[in-house]
Amino acid sequence: MANSKSDSSPSATPGSPRLDKSAVAKVAELSRLKLSDAELESISQQLSMVLANFEQLAEVNTQDVEPMVTPTDLTLRLREDRVERREPAEAFLENAPDRSGNLFKVPPVVG
Amino acid sequence: MMDLTFATCSEVGRAVRNRKVSAVEVTRHFLKRIGELDPKIGAFTTVNSRAEAQAAEVDARLARGEAVGPLAGVPIAIKDLLCTKGLRTTASSKILANFIPPYSATVVRRLEDAGAICIGKTSLDEFGMGSSNENSAFGSVKNPWNPEFVPGGSSGGSAASVAARMALASIGTDTGGSIRQPSSFCGLFGIKPTYGRVSRYGIIAFASSLDQAGPMALSTEDAALILEVISGRCERDSTSADVSVPLFSQQITDQVKGLRIGLPKQYFAEKMDDDVERVTRESIDALKKRGAILVDVELPLVKYAVPVYYLVATSEASSNLARYDGMRFGHRSKNAAKGELDDLYSSSRGEGFGPEVKRRIMLGTYALSSGYYDAYYQKASQVRRLIRDEFSRAFSQCDVILSPVCTSPAFKIGERINDPLSMYLNDIFTTSTNLAGLPGMSVPAGFSKDGLPIGVQLMAPHFEESRLFNVSSALEKDLGAAKSRRPHVI
Repeated sequence: MANSKSDSSPSATPGSPRLDKSAVAKVAELSRLKLSDAELESISQQLSMVLANFEQLAEVNTQDVEPMVTPTDLTLRLREDRVERREPAEAFLENAPDRSGNLFKVPPVVG
Repeated sequence: MMDLTFATCSEVGRAVRNRKVSAVEVTRHFLKRIGELDPKIGAFTTVNSRAEAQAAEVDARLARGEAVGPLAGVPIAIKDLLCTKGLRTTASSKILANFIPPYSATVVRRLEDAGAICIGKTSLDEFGMGSSNENSAFGSVKNPWNPEFVPGGSSGGSAASVAARMALASIGTDTGGSIRQPSSFCGLFGIKPTYGRVSRYGIIAFASSLDQAGPMALSTEDAALILEVISGRCERDSTSADVSVPLFSQQITDQVKGLRIGLPKQYFAEKMDDDVERVTRESIDALKKRGAILVDVELPLVKYAVPVYYLVATSEASSNLARYDGMRFGHRSKNAAKGELDDLYSSSRGEGFGPEVKRRIMLGTYALSSGYYDAYYQKASQVRRLIRDEFSRAFSQCDVILSPVCTSPAFKIGERINDPLSMYLNDIFTTSTNLAGLPGMSVPAGFSKDGLPIGVQLMAPHFEESRLFNVSSALEKDLGAAKSRRPHVI
């Protein structure tokens, strides 16, 4: 469900506070987190402080440096494509917050 | 009969295999200790009600003359971030308060195959996010050395359970120091293995490119023994490395003559507690006396490790934690507008996650969002590469790097909880090894004036954990820090 790479940008402007309450509200929406007014307020203050500290990264010259997303040199391998019987579906369905027979019950996705 | 409380894993494993003591007796002994001590410590989220039955199976296998592994009957506490089939696994989060995994993590399966008994699941900072174990939906854990202090985090319950001898060893996970820092605070030998050494299958993901599980134990030998049991390629984790696993526990030597110990100047320039500085110097002196060669090394970019780490880790976390949506498992809100799917997602997540997890999801979402991605996530990933390269250069001049684990010993419960930034900055010495994928170990090295344990950190090149065990063994013999004093609760 909730995204990692967001579809739109939170409207924050550099300066103090770095992340004002409305920007935080936008990020909360992107994160699918319902937050109280008090939470928005404290997160705005705390993240602004954190981001102000993280500004120091701008000092590092990273011209032409390839981003590193995993720390070791991985070689991905192919495995044999075979059918394997693992845990029965029921074991997974037992954790369902709501179910109907052998299905997960959720609110309508299309109206 | 042997004194089980103060025995080591290898001693107990041997005694059980030789039928000097039964696995059931050992299990009962530690379950009794949990019953007596844990109400004061709060290390466990769930005690395994099937522990005694599992021990009985180990005894039955031995009675039939079947081979049982080196950890026969050894009670091990498992961080509640590792899935255990049929046994509640919560990540110390309300969102998973009732989650019963249908399968076990590879680490858990390998421990059980070696005869170990999972005695219970231990508390953590929710989803591994924290350095004090105060961010648990089930309450703070107390440090067995002094209950007014934190046990460290995020594997705080794992550390406290072993320090109080409610288990003979535990499994923690380490994304930015979560094995090493609580090991330092509680006087344990804790190792974060090389990235890829241990399978992450069945471990609830925090930051997939940083997470590793490893042992927290009462001796170098125990840490080595457990690491050799849980390591190795696993078909269910494509990032687990196809690298042979040495018999770590059988290859330990305390001979460090001629070994080059790198001392990163920039680490020692950081502001740190006097006791930490003294204990670190004492460790360096001990190794020097044994003929180790001290080498100054440069790691200038390490001062950026905390921002790089927090941007990378929270970005990965915001993606990994997107799966908790209240649909197939976990908490589902009863307060959402009826029929509104998006509101159900946000309400379930808003109710289910604690404050620190929310902060980090928000930070990560922000760092990945369009317009900010280049300045934050991408920039951090570039500096990450530079940090790894810097370690490679340092390891061309030395065999092992030694530094403090933390700038201070354990701090008081409540002291830093309202100041996330100061809590983050506490991770200055530990995060860079995760960024670079290197193995790192915390070794008990001494005590503060107030009697709290202090560890030193050892780091080695990829897949060279054996070097860490050798240096650890030398320090263990010379400093004897783990044995010389006992926690307050014992």
